[in-house]
Amino acid sequence: MPATQTYRRLYVWEMPVRLYHWLNALAITVLGVTGYLIGRPFTVGYAQEASFQYWFGTVRFLHFMAGYVFLFNMLVRTYWGFVGNRFASWDKFIPLNRQAWRDIVEVLRIDILQTRGTGPIHIGHNRLAGLIYFVTFFIFMFQGLTGFALYGPMSHSVFGNLAAWVVPLMGSEAVVRQWHHAMLWFYVLFTLVHVYLVFYHDYVEGRGTTSSMVGGWKFEREDRLDD
Amino acid sequence: MPRAGNSLWEVMREKGYSRRDFMQFCTFAATAAGLGTSASAAVAKAFEKKDRPPVLWLHFQECTCCSESFIRASHPMVADVLLDAISLDYDETLQAAAGHQAEKCKADVMKAYAGKYILLVEGSVPTKENGVFCMIGGRTAEDILKEAAAGAAAIVAWGNCASYGCVQAAKPNPTGATAIQKLVNKPVINVPGCPPIADVMVAIVTHILMFGRMPELDSQGRPKEFYSRRVHDTCYRRPYYDAGLFVEAFDDDNARKGYCLYKMGCRGPLTYNACAVVKWNGGTSYPIQSGHGCLGCSENGFWDNGPFYRHLPAFPGFGIESTADTVGLTLGAAAAVGVAAHAVSTNIRKRKLIHDQVVEAVKDTPDSKEVE
Ligand code: HEM
Ligand code: HEM
Ligand code: SF4
Ligand code: SF4
Repeated sequence: MPATQTYRRLYVWEMPVRLYHWLNALAITVLGVTGYLIGRPFTVGYAQEASFQYWFGTVRFLHFMAGYVFLFNMLVRTYWGFVGNRFASWDKFIPLNRQAWRDIVEVLRIDILQTRGTGPIHIGHNRLAGLIYFVTFFIFMFQGLTGFALYGPMSHSVFGNLAAWVVPLMGSEAVVRQWHHAMLWFYVLFTLVHVYLVFYHDYVEGRGTTSSMVGGWKFEREDRLDD
Repeated sequence: MPRAGNSLWEVMREKGYSRRDFMQFCTFAATAAGLGTSASAAVAKAFEKKDRPPVLWLHFQECTCCSESFIRASHPMVADVLLDAISLDYDETLQAAAGHQAEKCKADVMKAYAGKYILLVEGSVPTKENGVFCMIGGRTAEDILKEAAAGAAAIVAWGNCASYGCVQAAKPNPTGATAIQKLVNKPVINVPGCPPIADVMVAIVTHILMFGRMPELDSQGRPKEFYSRRVHDTCYRRPYYDAGLFVEAFDDDNARKGYCLYKMGCRGPLTYNACAVVKWNGGTSYPIQSGHGCLGCSENGFWDNGPFYRHLPAFPGFGIESTADTVGLTLGAAAAVGVAAHAVSTNIRKRKLIHDQVVEAVKDTPDSKEVE
């Protein structure tokens, strides 16, 4: 180990990835809060006549609006997975070769069993994170499909009609709603663990993980620059 | 015995109905089929000339609530006419004939009118244990259904039982109760509900008789005319829903004010039916108007999405008291504990690594003086 480390500044997350990330986080936060309220509306003061208030309608409107943001944002990110830089590329999410699976085991060893790491650390997503985002992507799709399937009949939305087949497939709208609601908790869990892990990596590796999603930059020791 | 070759008008006259009764019936039929009263003359013409197709009404695993509903159609004469003149070629609960006589009557109709008769089915068909749970005249329901369906010009599945399986098909579905549409390979008109609204049933039969074809159906085989909108979309309490004004308990002040029943488990937002428009008992009322939430009785599997008096159904596998939220909250708490434990463990097991990095960094960081 050389006495003085030289770090290189690397441009990892391009603008569309960062924009996607924060729009997504915002949309999901809004969807989660409004969705929870749709499922469990709170009691308001009952002083006014119905014609003077519309809060539940507004909550639902926000949910549907954020639903559109969520959908289009996801589509843009998917596109970027094919044209973006190598850190954003689709193949970073799918462990297609032996090396990728070995990396996943390595990450589990270092981060869960907390043994000492040896080799270089990935600059973009580590392979385990990539795989988890890949699974998450399907859950995003599930949420979008069930959401728009429920939305279709109340809106005549084209996207709603495109997802209409989900209802007979799952049995009835009651079942679609049940799972659409239950998945809310996946996002709560995901966010909790995800944000923790970002902070954890930042803390342990000291490469500016947290701020990387803001400015796009990460830092890496020059002697380790072989992702 | 089937009365061959008679038009509806001829049958009615034979039974002692006046011409005026007949015209009244035609007017109702026209409106029921969505044509408006001006079409009644054309309808009368059709019913005078056209041979009346025989109708068979089969009963399998059911509670007869569909029949009970049907005979209470708001226009008593319509039900009379339909029962007197149309639907009684075979109907176990309403026919006079019994035993071999009745079976022979049905067999005669199916033979003489192959490809022409209308088949109305009430009840689901058991498929487990070779169908022994429902046998009529020594034959299984499935056998009887398939035979009758083969020669039918149109098949109507009455109620949730015949459309989806209803309570018999609720988990764990011990008899293997199956919907009609899954057993016959012909289009089936599904008229779900537990029971369906009498006037809706009458309108559908009239439609088939009058036009000689099926009404327009949606992707689940339900007549669009009655099942294209949710109870919620036509509910008069909807403004309270949008305003977020909900009944919190069946005996609270909000219930007296007639607020929305969403939090009491109303399934109106996911139930396709005409209750809020056609209403029940001759347009008197419908469940929500009487202060009770919709149970979703016209939806596939509505028995399995309980409890009825709570918005969120029980989460599968976690007991009746659980909801997606209780399960989710527990998992969330577990994850929070896991994360906290991991944070503590990190500070213990990676202490040396972090310490080394800090030492190295401090060593390498130029002192502020040096920078100057
Ligand atoms: C992260 C994504 C999402 C979350 C966490 C979420 C959460 C929820 C929750 C908890 C409910 C309440 C279900 C109930 O108990 O009745 C709900 C309802 C609903 N959501 Fe979502 N949702 C998401 C995305 C979407 C999307 C993309 C759409 C598409 C427009 C959508 C459309 C709907 C609709 C139509 C309802 C029913 C609302 C009503 O009855 O008025 N959701 N959502
Ligand atoms: C304070 C909050 C958050 C911070 C600091 C943060 C930070 C980050 C960072 C640094 C990455 C890249 C990490 C890696 O490659 O392993 C990332 C990726 C990601 N984050 Fe977050 N995040 C936050 C909240 C959220 C929320 C609320 C969600 C959604 C529920 C979310 C969803 C994602 C997804 C899907 C990716 C993969 C991005 C891609 O390449 O497409 N994040 N986040
Ligand atoms: S009472 Fe039921 S159907 Fe009527 S507005 Fe409320 S939730 Fe909808
Ligand atoms: S209000 Fe709902 S439960 Fe009641 S009859 Fe109509 S569809 Fe069935």
